[in-house]
Amino acid sequence: MTEATGSSSSAEAPFAFTAENLAKAKTIVARYPEGRQRSAVLPLLDLAQRQCGGWLPEPALRYVGDFLKMPHMAVMEVATFYTMFNLKPVGRHFVQVCTTTPCWLRGSDEVVSACKKHLGIGMNETTADGEFTLTEVECLGACVNAPMVQINDDYYEDLDGESMVRLLDALKRGETPKTGPQVERQTSAPVGGPTTLKSSDSSGG
Amino acid sequence: MPTLTVDGIEVTVPANSTVLQACEAAGKEIPRFCYHERLSIAGNCRMCLVEMEKSPKPIASCAMPAADNMVIHTDTPMVKKAREGVLEFLLINHPLDCPICDQGGECDLQDETMAYGHNSSRLREHKRAVREKFMGPLIKTTMTRCIHCTRCVRFASEIAGVPEIGVINRGEHMEITTYLDRAASSELSGNVIDLCPVGALTSKPFAFAARAWELRRTESIDVLDALGSNIRIDARGREVMRVLPRLNEDINEEWISDKTRFAYDGLKRQRLDQPYVRRGGKLAPATWAEAFAAIAARLKGFDPKRVAALVGDLSDAESVLALKELMQKLGVTNLDARQDGAKLPAAPRSAYLFNTTIAGIEQADAVLLIGSNPRFEAALVNARIRKRWLAAGIPVANIGPALDLTYPVVELGNNPALLGAIADGSHPFAATLRDAKNPMLILGQGALARADGAAVLAQARRVAESTGMIAEGWNGFNVLHHAAARVGALDLGFVPGPGGLDRDGILQGAASGAIEVVYLLGADEIDMQKLGKAFVIYQGTHGDAGAHRADVILPGAAYTEKNATWVNTEGRVQRGQKAVAPPGEAREDWAILRALSETLGVTLPYDDLDAVRARLAALAPAFAKLDAIEPAPWAAFGGEGAVAAVPFGLPIADYFFTNPICRASTVMAECSALASARREKATGTHG
Repeated sequence: MTEATGSSSSAEAPFAFTAENLAKAKTIVARYPEGRQRSAVLPLLDLAQRQCGGWLPEPALRYVGDFLKMPHMAVMEVATFYTMFNLKPVGRHFVQVCTTTPCWLRGSDEVVSACKKHLGIGMNETTADGEFTLTEVECLGACVNAPMVQINDDYYEDLDGESMVRLLDALKRGETPKTGPQVERQTSAPVGGPTTLKSSDSSGG
Repeated sequence: MPTLTVDGIEVTVPANSTVLQACEAAGKEIPRFCYHERLSIAGNCRMCLVEMEKSPKPIASCAMPAADNMVIHTDTPMVKKAREGVLEFLLINHPLDCPICDQGGECDLQDETMAYGHNSSRLREHKRAVREKFMGPLIKTTMTRCIHCTRCVRFASEIAGVPEIGVINRGEHMEITTYLDRAASSELSGNVIDLCPVGALTSKPFAFAARAWELRRTESIDVLDALGSNIRIDARGREVMRVLPRLNEDINEEWISDKTRFAYDGLKRQRLDQPYVRRGGKLAPATWAEAFAAIAARLKGFDPKRVAALVGDLSDAESVLALKELMQKLGVTNLDARQDGAKLPAAPRSAYLFNTTIAGIEQADAVLLIGSNPRFEAALVNARIRKRWLAAGIPVANIGPALDLTYPVVELGNNPALLGAIADGSHPFAATLRDAKNPMLILGQGALARADGAAVLAQARRVAESTGMIAEGWNGFNVLHHAAARVGALDLGFVPGPGGLDRDGILQGAASGAIEVVYLLGADEIDMQKLGKAFVIYQGTHGDAGAHRADVILPGAAYTEKNATWVNTEGRVQRGQKAVAPPGEAREDWAILRALSETLGVTLPYDDLDAVRARLAALAPAFAKLDAIEPAPWAAFGGEGAVAAVPFGLPIADYFFTNPICRASTVMAECSALASARREKATGTHG
């Protein structure tokens, strides 16, 4: 990424927290001791990003800087350091495919190519209708259920090309697909039910 | 006071020292890129690795506190190997473009590579390329060369106090930039060029102009503000190629302001390189003899009461002395060196000096600003106040227009009556000053260059006396000048003689016809319209306001072109050295006056510079001691009368256009345009 911030028609529109977010922001800032308000820059940027539909326009960076009385440049440093902050607009569904070693060994290449093919976009691109943005991320910590993707705030795990396409289609239709494993499996438990401690009673005793 | 051993040498260093400082105390040179004495410790270049006994790994000496019984080695094979490894990593993404890099020849990375570099690269991959950044008309960027030492970032946020440079992205993609590629807006921004250990930030006006080793270096002083910053003038042939700071802890430390550093291109433009005489309403080139003859003809049988002389902002003490003595011999008493109309007396000396001294600011624990914007008038005084504020969080209050000075300022309001309230103790800030051990006030020309300036001066004196600013070993009364000539001229008493007129009187006289001849020694900051029909003799360097109005022009030498003396705002007498010859027919200023005196039949009694300087020292004892400060004794000063309820103005509206040299500089013009655009934007809709 060479450009610090993206350009968009809305980039120059002034930014301000909504009344609801303003209340949240004040609560967040109050968690930090007097004189350490700048520590709230990460949660506040996240709040701003959510308000802006998944990305941070430049006025939002300045707003957060002014809100915390810190130099705009320092906010820019934080916002560019963390990959979770998007400085260019993203689609309504922000598809982040993990391609770190465990996911890669379990077939993330197939997931990536399914996304590319089905959405008709490349990495770090957004579909023409503004619905989907595809990106590649490092380990999201769900290796037990590799390969996986994160879409907005939700994890979808145990994917392959086919289930990925199914997932995208469901999202396209406006449905809310089941999060977590996309195979018969309870969270990280073995596929097809327990293999040990079969007689154990969950109520104990 | 930890005691440790460095390469077998036992050293004791002050508490809170680092291992690197201990190594230096032991006389060992430690290579470094990110470490800088005046900046916070970053510890990110890793070049300063040394070996410490009992430590399995080499340690970064700049970030390791020195402790008792440490045993440090700086010259073992392990240290050498570690530094070679660090350097090899630094060079991985560094382009091999030294032959076209302006830093070449004075580059830390180049030097260290000579000591620790491999003879060839082991890197077979592509080097990373980084997009150029825009940092304004002064700083040229070649960011591919950057090694991310972050000195520039730390300078901007710590010393300059304008945190506009930062690091974006991370790891392999890390880049240094200003916020959205905006031009740096600090008056000290040029110092990042000196701080940059590689060729990432270089001087834009100096780009591809010369190589460091082909320049002739002259140690001199700056006159574009009243600090007398110590500078080095680098010249090639007859041209000043660049200006760099010299270390002087008492004045500029190792910084200089952007004006000092970059206004030198004004020395090459609009220059007066031969005498001119106005004939038939038009200025026509003339010889020196013709110019002098024209003056002699005009002064034939003159009435001294109808002649006046004004001294400008850049004049050296030698020429002021020569002008004063010439005027005395002619019987002229209408003299003034305060071309801005400041109501400062020529005695006592403490009435017009920055008595605390610039270094003394670091002892102050409360500051009151009166009608001054130190950021524009003396950027390094402002940096000192900021330094003191960073160290001790001292209260700073301001009576005058509200300012952004890079540290918090309590705005008391722009009401001159506040001075009286503080002096009689009825204002709450009086208590703050009284409770401080070393309180100080800074009185700007904005408070003095007004009709009631003398009364303001008296009020300020009462503030100083009533709040304990005048004590044994401490004088907190400070007048901040922004004209390099002023203190020297006041030392020489270039003020109205008995029955003489001051600046306002001279201008009124010229307008009404009572004054018929006006001699301007580099005086350009007055309203030339007011000179009316007077015959104007202008001696100076540039075709600025004075020269346009003149009837006779005598071309003088600029500060880089003469050996001359200036006195800074603290009263420190310093000598500038001649770096290049004046252009064309231009001559050193005192010599012009000496030659003119002969034509007028009142020959001045000195034939060489030594004789002028002997006369200087005889007339004003301050000139006998160079580079030193003699505390000025305290005495009563200031005028009677009431202070008008008119708010204070500020003397400098445009930082980049304060004298003829700056106004002739295209670089300064570019900076000024950017600054005014920024001001407009700030007052407009932009957040």
